[in-house]
Amino acid sequence: MALRDLSRQAWMWKILSFVLFFGAWEIAGQIPISLSFPTFVDTFVAFMRMTFDGSFLGAYAQTVQPLLIGVLISSFAGIACGVGMGLWRGFEWCTLVIFIILQAAPVAAIIPLITYLYGIGLTSKVIAVVIMSLPLIVLNSYKGIRHTHPSLLEMSRSFQGSRMQEIMKIILPAASPLIFAGLRLGVGAGFIGVVLAELLITPTGIGDLITYHRSVADYPEMFAAITSIIVLAAVTLTGLLKLEVFVRPENRAR
Amino acid sequence: MNQVAEKVSNSADDTIVSVDGIAKRYEGGVQALKGVNLDIPAGQLTTFLGPSGCGKTTLLKIIAGLLDPTEGEVRIRGQKVTGPGPDRSFVFQDFALMPWATVIRNVAFGLELSGASKEERYEKATKYIAEVGLKGFEDAYPHELSGGMRQRVGLARALAVNADIILMDEPFASVDEQTRRKFQDDLLDLLAIEKKTVIFVTHSIEEAVYVSDQIVLLSRRPGKVANIFTTDLDRSVSPDEVRRQKNYLDSVDEIWAILREYLQEDESAAARKVRG
Ligand SMILES: Nc1ncnc2c1ncn2[C@@H]1O[C@H](COP(=O)(O)OP(=O)(O)OP(=O)(O)O)[C@@H](O)[C@H]1O
Ligand SMILES: [Mg+2]
Repeated sequence: MALRDLSRQAWMWKILSFVLFFGAWEIAGQIPISLSFPTFVDTFVAFMRMTFDGSFLGAYAQTVQPLLIGVLISSFAGIACGVGMGLWRGFEWCTLVIFIILQAAPVAAIIPLITYLYGIGLTSKVIAVVIMSLPLIVLNSYKGIRHTHPSLLEMSRSFQGSRMQEIMKIILPAASPLIFAGLRLGVGAGFIGVVLAELLITPTGIGDLITYHRSVADYPEMFAAITSIIVLAAVTLTGLLKLEVFVRPENRAR
Repeated sequence: MNQVAEKVSNSADDTIVSVDGIAKRYEGGVQALKGVNLDIPAGQLTTFLGPSGCGKTTLLKIIAGLLDPTEGEVRIRGQKVTGPGPDRSFVFQDFALMPWATVIRNVAFGLELSGASKEERYEKATKYIAEVGLKGFEDAYPHELSGGMRQRVGLARALAVNADIILMDEPFASVDEQTRRKFQDDLLDLLAIEKKTVIFVTHSIEEAVYVSDQIVLLSRRPGKVANIFTTDLDRSVSPDEVRRQKNYLDSVDEIWAILREYLQEDESAAARKVRG
C-alpha cells in the first residue's frame, strides 16, 4: 500500500518535471529567444500532424532499419568481443588498443569517409551506427568482466565450480550492470550515428526530415522531428532498463 | 612392536588435516609462511591466531586448496591436497555472496555447482537457512540483510554441501560485538549438532579462547607454529560464566603475553630502523 503510494508520488514528480520543462519551452518560444525557436505548442501541433500524415512513418521506415541492424550487430559482436577480451589475455592484447583508439577518435569526422568506401546506401548507415556504438559496448563489457569481485571467483572455485560455471554463473551476472551500461551508451550513440549518417551522407529518413524543414524554415516541424528521435531514444533506453531488472532482479527491490 | 603400530594408526585416525613442512612465497617475494607443521584433530574447532600479516589467511587457503604452497604438502585423511574438494568448504571474511541471487539460491549454490536438482538443493538449503536462524529470509537479497545475517548465509552455504571440514576466515570480523557474541554461541550450538571439523581464523584472543578446542599461535612473518594451546572449558554453563572460568582467563592472559612480546619486538625493530 505504502509502496503504491510511493510509486504514485514518483509518477507525479515525473509528470511535474515534464510540465515544468514544456512550460519553460513555451515561454522561451513566446519571447522568442531566437527566430528559429518555435513554441512548445506549435511544435506539438506539428508533431501531431506529422504523426498522422505519415511523414514520421515514412522517415522512420528508412531510419529504423539501419539503426536496428547496426545496434544488433554492435550488441552481439560488442558483448562477445568485450567478454572475450575480459576472459582471455591473448585476445585482450590484440584487440583492446583498437577499441580504445576508436573510442577516442572523433568519429563524426570519419563518417563522410565511409561514403567513399561504401557509397550512400544502407551499408554506410549501418557502418556509421556500428562505428559509434561498438567501442562503447566492447569497452564496458570488458570492464565489467574485469571487475568481477575476486572473492566470488574464489568462492566458486572452493565449491569446485568448473570454468564454464564460473563464467556463466559468476562472471557474466557480475558484469551485467556494466554490460547494460555499455548497451545504453551504445544504443544512444547508435542513434547519433544514424542521424549523423542521414545528415552527412545520405539525405534520407529522419535526418532528411530535419534538413528539409530547416531549409524551408519550418521550424516547428524541424523541432518536432528532432523531438521524435529523442523520444524514440528515451523509450528504447527505458526498455533496456526493464531488461536489466530481469537479469539482476535485486535491483527491483531497491 | 604391535603397540607402536597401533599408536601410529590411532593418531592417524584422530588427525583429519595434516600440514607438513608448508612454506609459501608470494610472487612479489613475500615469504608468508615457512616450515609450518601441524596436525588438526577431527571433530574439533581449531583456531589460527597471530599478528596481522603473519599468514593465517594464506595457511587457511592452502588447506582449502585455493592456493598452492611453495613447499610441503597438506594431507586430508592421508590424501594429498591438490585443489578444492568436497570434503572442505570455506566461509569468507567478506561473505562472498552473489548480490543478484536470493538467500536460498546463495545457500544452495555449492549444490547447484555440483549439479543437484533444484528440488533437492532448495530442500537442503531451506533446512540450513533455518538452522542458522534465517527462516523467513529465503527470498531476500543480500543487500537487504545486515552484516551478521549475511555471514549466516555464508555459513549456511558452507554447511549445505555437507563437507566434513569447515574453514572460516575471520567470519565475524565485520560484525558488531553483540552480534559477534551471539554468533559465536550459535556457532558452538550448531557444531554440537553438525559434528564438523572447523578451522577458524581470528584476530581476537577472547574469541579464539571462547570458541576453540585448540589454538594454534602463529609467529610473525614468515609465519610458523609458535605454540599450540588446548583450551579445556566447561561449556555446560552460561556464556558469561564460561568467560569467568579460570581456564578461560588464564588462556587469554597466556596468549596475550606471547602476542605482546611480538609487538614489543616489532616496536624495537622499528625503533632500530629509525635510529639506524
Ligand atoms: N596475493 C598476494 N601477493 C603478495 N603478497 C601477499 C598476497 N597475499 C598476502 N600477501 C602477503 O603475505 C603475508 C601474509 O598474508 P595473509 O593474508 O595470509 O596474513 P593474515 O595473517 O591473514 O593477515 P591479517 O590478519 O591481516 O588477515 C602478508 O604480509 C601479505 O602482505
Ligand atoms: Mg587474513
